[in-house]
Order: sequence, then structure tokens, then C-alpha cells
Amino acid sequence: MSLLIDIALAALLILSGLFGLIGSWGLLRLRDPMQRLHAPTKATTVGVGAAMLAAALALPWANGSFSLGEVLVAAFLYLTAPLTALYLARTHMHRTVDRRSLPQPGTGARWASQDDTLDDA
Amino acid sequence: MLRRLFPHPLLSLLLVIFWLMLVGRPALGSLVMALILATAIPLLTARYWPDQSRLYRPWLLPPYLGLVLVDVIKANFQVARIVLFWPPERIRSAWVAVPVTLTSPEAVSILAGTITMTPGTLTADISADGKVLLVHALHAPDPDALRDEVATRYEARLKRIFEP
Repeated sequence: MSLLIDIALAALLILSGLFGLIGSWGLLRLRDPMQRLHAPTKATTVGVGAAMLAAALALPWANGSFSLGEVLVAAFLYLTAPLTALYLARTHMHRTVDRRSLPQPGTGARWASQDDTLDDA
Repeated sequence: MLRRLFPHPLLSLLLVIFWLMLVGRPALGSLVMALILATAIPLLTARYWPDQSRLYRPWLLPPYLGLVLVDVIKANFQVARIVLFWPPERIRSAWVAVPVTLTSPEAVSILAGTITMTPGTLTADISADGKVLLVHALHAPDPDALRDEVATRYEARLKRIFEP
């Protein structure tokens, strides 16, 4: 039983490390900055998730105590990852993307970050 | 009166749960602290979140989160495969304008977050009238299929949660 748990924990940690590595590798390998943004925002969420799962499983097994902190770490990561990606994408668009190369909303309005009539733009 | 004390009841409930999870062991003192925070934080932030958004079918939220979690894991493997094995010139990245019919700002935010977390797509902007999301897709040979998937898989479910 102990061996099985150890194997499961090891597998989770290896998975976590692999996805962290793939995320970083994608950052190096993809060519366009918008493509690069996809690798770390997604490939690392499973990486951190697997590490947190391993930690959450290991603690009760090792000393009988129980902690939900790991669940919170994963939850806040999933809540904040889209926002980080959004701000990185917007900064990039603001600085280097030609606004004429983007598709238009088609409703008559402009994209919020390009609409100078919004006071918080 | 009760509404004025707790402008966002769901936020207060989540704060209590999060605080108790953070402390890690049940104790009366922690519960009191959790209740203080659950009262103070929504009151202090109420000016930045003036409108009340109603959940019409809150019990559909956990299944939605489960679906998104499974999709996030699938997305990770898809993106990993593209990063590891595809030659860069085969990747067809595209900007796609995805129309949104949801009206509640909270629902649109959840949809935008879901798009960012799931298969090879990332929300980059919203139109000034809040009706269209600008999505960047890592590999989207068919932008129409992407629009359909967002509409049927995620938006329809959110609509049932947030709208009557």
C-alpha cells in the first residue's frame, strides 16, 4: 500500500515537472509573442495542479494531518492565470500589434483597449 | 437592512469558506475572524462592484466548473503536443472575434476566463459595447468551428446559470 502511494506521488511530481518544462520550452520555441503566451498560461496549470495534488496527498499519508491549503493555491492560480494572460496580451497588442490587422467586432463598437472614448482605456 | 450589511452574500460565503480552509483547523476563533472578514471585505469593496448579479440556477455552477477542469487538462495535453512535436510553420494562429449574448458582466468575465484556460485559445480584449470577445487561437484552421464551440459548450451553460 505504501509503495502504491509512493508510486502515485512520484508519478504526479514527474507529470508536474514535465509540464513545467514543456511550458518553458514552448516559451522558447514558439515564434510569435501571442503564440508564446499560450504555452506558459496553459501548460503550467496542470504542472502546478499536479504538484499541489501530490502535496495534498502526501501530507495526510506522512503524518496524519490534513490541509486544504493546496486546494486554495490551485484555486487562486486558476482564478488569476486568465487575468495575467489578459494583461500580457493587452500590453503586447498596445505596443506592437497593428490594430488594422485585427478582426473588427462588427457591432459598430471598437475593441475596448482601442476605444479612446472610454475614460479608463 | 440585511442586504445593506451583506451587499454580496455569495462573496461573503466564499470568504468564510476560504478563510476556514486557509486556517486549516476548525476553531471558534477562526470562525469569528472569518465572519468579520466576510462582513468587512464586501462592505469595503461594494463601491467597485455596485450591481448585483443574480444566479438563477446556482446548482449548475459545480458541473460547469467540473467540465472546465476536464477541458483544462485536455487543453494542456493539446498545447503540449503542439509545442513539442509540431513544426512552427504548421501552427495556424488566428485572431477570432467571438460574439457574446450574455448580458451579466460576471457571466462574461467567467466566459472570458474559461476561453483563456481551455484548448489553445486566449481572450485578449472585449468590444467597447461588451458584445464581442477578441480571442487569439494558437491553432485554429477553422474560426467558425471555434465560435460554435464557445457558444454551445460554454456560453449556453453560463446562460442557464446566470439568466432566467
